Amino acid sequence: MLPKQEVVAMLLAGGQGSRLGVLTKGIAKPAVPYGGKYRIIDFPLSNCVNSGIETVGVLTQYQPLVLNDYIGNGQPWDLDSNDAGVHVLSPYQRSSKVQDWYKGTANAIYQNINFIERYNPDYVVILSGDHIYKMDYSKMVAFHKEKKADCTIAEIEVPLAEASRFGILNCNEDGSIYQFDEKPKVPKSNKASMGIYVFTWSKLRKYLEADEANPKSSNDFGKDVLPAMLNAGERMFAYQFEGYWKDVGTIESLWESNMDLLDPNVPLDLSEDSWKIYCRNPGMPPHYIGKGAKVQNSLVAEGCNVYGEIDFAVLFSGVYIAPGAVVRDSIIMPGSRIEEGAVVQYAIVSENSVVSKDCVVGARPEDVEDKDGWGVAVVGDNCVLAPGTVVPPKAMIDAASLAAAN
Amino acid sequence: MRGNNVVGILFANIHEELVHELTEKRTIGSIPYGGRYRLIDFPLSNMVNSGINKVGVITKGNYQSLMDHLGSGKAWDLSRKREGLFLLPPFDGVHGVYSDVNNRMDSLSAISRFLKNSREDYVLLSDCDSICNIDYKDVISFHLDHNADITILYRYGKVPPKSNDTSVYTIDPDGRVLDLLVNPNQEGECNYGMNKMLIRRELLMNMVNDCVSRNMYDFKRHLLQRNIKNYRVYAYEFKGFLNVVDSMNAYFEANMALMQPTVRNELFTPERPIYTKVRDDLPARYGLNSSVENSLVADGCVVDGEVENSILFRGVKIAKGAKVSNCVIMQDTVIGENCRLNYVITDKDVQIHNDRSLMGFQSYPVFIAKGSVV
Repeated sequence: MLPKQEVVAMLLAGGQGSRLGVLTKGIAKPAVPYGGKYRIIDFPLSNCVNSGIETVGVLTQYQPLVLNDYIGNGQPWDLDSNDAGVHVLSPYQRSSKVQDWYKGTANAIYQNINFIERYNPDYVVILSGDHIYKMDYSKMVAFHKEKKADCTIAEIEVPLAEASRFGILNCNEDGSIYQFDEKPKVPKSNKASMGIYVFTWSKLRKYLEADEANPKSSNDFGKDVLPAMLNAGERMFAYQFEGYWKDVGTIESLWESNMDLLDPNVPLDLSEDSWKIYCRNPGMPPHYIGKGAKVQNSLVAEGCNVYGEIDFAVLFSGVYIAPGAVVRDSIIMPGSRIEEGAVVQYAIVSENSVVSKDCVVGARPEDVEDKDGWGVAVVGDNCVLAPGTVVPPKAMIDAASLAAAN
Repeated sequence: MRGNNVVGILFANIHEELVHELTEKRTIGSIPYGGRYRLIDFPLSNMVNSGINKVGVITKGNYQSLMDHLGSGKAWDLSRKREGLFLLPPFDGVHGVYSDVNNRMDSLSAISRFLKNSREDYVLLSDCDSICNIDYKDVISFHLDHNADITILYRYGKVPPKSNDTSVYTIDPDGRVLDLLVNPNQEGECNYGMNKMLIRRELLMNMVNDCVSRNMYDFKRHLLQRNIKNYRVYAYEFKGFLNVVDSMNAYFEANMALMQPTVRNELFTPERPIYTKVRDDLPARYGLNSSVENSLVADGCVVDGEVENSILFRGVKIAKGAKVSNCVIMQDTVIGENCRLNYVITDKDVQIHNDRSLMGFQSYPVFIAKGSVV
């Protein structure tokens, strides 16, 4: 028997993140690099630790190698503790007859009831690995206790015009939820669910078991478990979150969220001492800005060598920008090289790629005639572009398609 | 594969009087260097990268910053059940306390129990004031190939000018040491010691014991020079980049040397990384109209002003309109708006208020002590 943990967090990290295209071809979405040195999963993990949650189960399924490796023993997040800490939970063969992948978010938790039970928790926090935000989960748990709730869902107010893109929570005056509205055409409120749930564990366990027994269920929290709880009249509350929160599940939102770090007016401060975002550090020397380089409005990580011009750029560790290269409004991920004369604009270049001499990647929206066809250009990992290659806006290329084209 | 039958010993305080400004509140090993490192990171990482699993750090005074930096040794992979990192502060035991910071003999005699209880057959001794990336595996093979009792590391060149602890060696073509001169009047180039040596553990213990029992406490004269003919003493030449911090000037130049790509590539080769304590800062952020050239900038910096030929350590802030040239700006220093700094070294946590001007000269950089407010 392990010591009791009042709260256990379960982090859903198994999704493919297919909307990120080539960026998640070989890695799970939570392992996608963000903000010059982080990966997306650093945010929920750091939030847990900063909120005092010491037990975290990370549910992995899709392309787990990089993610497993990255989490390791959890030491960068102080999650390498004796009895608690971070645990990677992959699907497993339960008996000679039952061998399932995680069928849905609820099923993923169901399959790990034994893990949760070891800690005999009062509450379970369900998190996902595709959001950038800083949040004190302990306040949400306190709210859950105060309301004597069975389930508390974090919500953030979004502009009403965009509300139809989200799952909307319709609430009574006391904050209790009376309706879920998944991507409503005519939204009744602007309270969007953030996909963060606090459950009273005894209740959740009951509903997970019932859900599993129902052959018609898709075993999903949003589609099955939460509506079932609401229909049964359980106490469900919305917890209002204020601050920066962004789903980075698409190329555009991932790009935007990186650019947000360069905007002093965006309320996302990652340099706060009291709420650090921890990550596995690359351990490289400070970056070097060479003679003749022009650097403005940018985020530059350790190990970079910058000789060219960058403006509104996010450079991850070990990136090389040659003399005469220009990078604007773009994200260059670890270890990539931008060679002489290359111009990279409104683009994401993934890890360990080479944008050779005189390549042109992406374009400024104002320079494009076909405004609807414009978008952020993406170069996948380990791509070597031939000199002079043009990657048009919104294009997505990866090493495999490059090899096929040659 | 790790583990190579060698235990490392680092002297964290030796030569600290040469840079007394920087060591007023710390050991020489914990002097910040190169934007995110401390001097001890280099000898310590070198040892770890060469497969050494056990390192004892001898320290005498001012070692709070050193302990804070090293912690459990995790950053160097030295927090482990078998062997690992051992801090060896003064210990009021059988041999008394270390009476003199700079006395290697005294320190070694005081840690005789640590040496006795080590299982490794060889000991590698090193100071913390030289910056280099060296593969000790080659030194160890050299030592074994020559069936040496002692292997000292040396360089051919001009002796570091301010050093008060120089050894000059005469070496035969096979690498055997024929003669050792301590602090000679040496003009021109010669084979000078790097204050690093590899020796059989049993032999070291016996030699230290022998010297101490005769009240001989000079490591170089009594232990080495006196015995040079009695043992097989060999010399291994290190040809890579080396900078010895033996004065404030040398410290400044050692930092500035990092602007050269060749030096950076050699010191920070991915095959043998230099490890250090992690701080989890955001990458450096450059603001609107910032201008930076020929500078080394660490994580956590926020640059809104102008910077050239300078090193900014972690968490440094340069406000709008400020101009920083030829400076070494240590951790968390804040430089206010419209300041002018030229040839200045600021220690940690310095605050320079708006509109201040501080000018030093290349041969005499101005030093601002830790925590000062200008």
